[in-house]
Amino acid sequence: MSRSALRWSLGLVLLGLVLVFVPVNLTDYGLPYPGLKRYGTYIMTLWLVTAVAAMGVNLIVGYSGQETLAQAAFLGIGAYTTALLTKAGIPFGLAFAASGLLAFVVGILLGIPALRVQKHYLAFVTLAFAVMAWLVFRNEQWLTGGVMGLSGIKRPVVFGINTRPFLTFYWFVLAVTAILTFCMWWMLRSPWGRAFTALRENPVRAESLGIDVRLYKLLTFAIGSAYGGFAGALYAPLVEFIDPSPFALSQSFLYLLMVVVGGAGSFLGPFVGAAIAVLLPEWLRFTETYYLLIYAFLVMLLMAFCPGGIVALVLRLKAALLPKAGKVQP
Amino acid sequence: MTSVLDVKNLSRAFGGLQAVRDVSFEVQEGEILGIIGPNGSGKSTLFNCILGQLVPDEGEVRVDGQVVTGLRPSELNRRGVSRTFQLLQVFPQLSVRENLILAGQEHRGSRLRRLFGPRDAGLTPDANRMIDFFRLGHLAEEKAGGLSYGQQKLLDAAMAFMAGPRLVLLDEPAGGVNLTMLASLKERLQAINAETRATFVVIEHNMEFVMSLCTRILVLAEGRLIAAGTPGEIRSNPDVIEAYLGH
Repeated sequence: MSRSALRWSLGLVLLGLVLVFVPVNLTDYGLPYPGLKRYGTYIMTLWLVTAVAAMGVNLIVGYSGQETLAQAAFLGIGAYTTALLTKAGIPFGLAFAASGLLAFVVGILLGIPALRVQKHYLAFVTLAFAVMAWLVFRNEQWLTGGVMGLSGIKRPVVFGINTRPFLTFYWFVLAVTAILTFCMWWMLRSPWGRAFTALRENPVRAESLGIDVRLYKLLTFAIGSAYGGFAGALYAPLVEFIDPSPFALSQSFLYLLMVVVGGAGSFLGPFVGAAIAVLLPEWLRFTETYYLLIYAFLVMLLMAFCPGGIVALVLRLKAALLPKAGKVQP
Repeated sequence: MTSVLDVKNLSRAFGGLQAVRDVSFEVQEGEILGIIGPNGSGKSTLFNCILGQLVPDEGEVRVDGQVVTGLRPSELNRRGVSRTFQLLQVFPQLSVRENLILAGQEHRGSRLRRLFGPRDAGLTPDANRMIDFFRLGHLAEEKAGGLSYGQQKLLDAAMAFMAGPRLVLLDEPAGGVNLTMLASLKERLQAINAETRATFVVIEHNMEFVMSLCTRILVLAEGRLIAAGTPGEIRSNPDVIEAYLGH
């Protein structure tokens, strides 16, 4: 194993340990760390769920150079599918798979006509879909419960372990997020990832090299949407009650924003962006209604001075402070 | 001899402008054919019609006897047709080796196998061979965007050969390349032509380059084919001289 691989592996193990133990009260084990309470653990779980959805947006926007304003709608598709299926007695595993699959299929259906349009026009197509999906969530009461929503969504029992306790559910979501992150990493480091880069940077050249640009664009859009579906499937048992508001168009803008803020096209970008989107309202709670204004101002500052997002900013700072640490990854 | 490319009665207009008019020609296996003509003579439109980037109004394009008119560039590439571009079209964020692997990967196994298989699609040895062939060895790990213009032109040409094409269309390969690099590019193209028997069609403005590289030359003027012959014949053709000099 090379030194850099060893460093990465150690770093990952360390990060894994931190994430596993961060909500745990370690004072019983003689360590001066009280862990996180129920609300803190809920925020951590919400961060993971949001990061899964943002990973999908990053695939579509950051890696394949397309645009989407419908991720919240896909989250809604996943959440309602899981809620309805688990309430009907279907095991969570099947409901989870169905949520991702349905979002994937809808992504394909939405992507086929969208392939005829590019960039901002694709954004408009997804925007129209987001509005339409929200109207379905709100108006089709017989299915979705309308504005009254669906309640009593149970947390799953996994391999005989009930994930009802907040800490167990956090660990469960952490494990699922780890698996989905690994799948995304594997895909992006495979020849598919190289093809995604090619179609983002120069689709004409990519096509001339035998890369089926239309198919790859469709695949990235559908897989990115499926990540929205998977995130929705985790979100429903997290909050145990869903209504249409978290799946509205404004939320889709937030998913796009968190990818841009974190660093579009950077693997860690969605995690950083999701952390800011989830944690910033907590940190800025004292500002009350000025929170969005401050958030918008910070985003404008970031975009003006570092359009590559926070990950690029950190790499720039690292390069400036440690010139020998290596080159800045774009 | 086998005809690798067969263009029959190809025409393409843009509104009232007839860019290509009833052009027909064949290219034999292993041949290096040059297409020259003054600016606006329809060379690029002809190329784009052959390569599937434009659909011709009339006519037919065959590769190895199969009709390929209107096929998408990716489909044509998978049938062994490769190209280089007039303006640089390498991927600046990828290394030289990654650019070459990218240029060959879609020809390796099924799409699903590429997802679950090795990251380089098993192409590192082929990419290294191509890097050595085009004498880019010292730059293999460099980002393509950091290479000089001439080096990027060499990489662009190398990428066109990664998938072992039957037919390569080179769009102004000498454009903007300095004399030393130009000699190297020509020598490498001739060597790879001799080695692989790949067929080349070259659009070029640099007369010295095209006359010394190509075995046969076609001349286009105002969308029509006005002359065809060896470089020596073309140099002394009065129609060609008139098309270029206008008298």
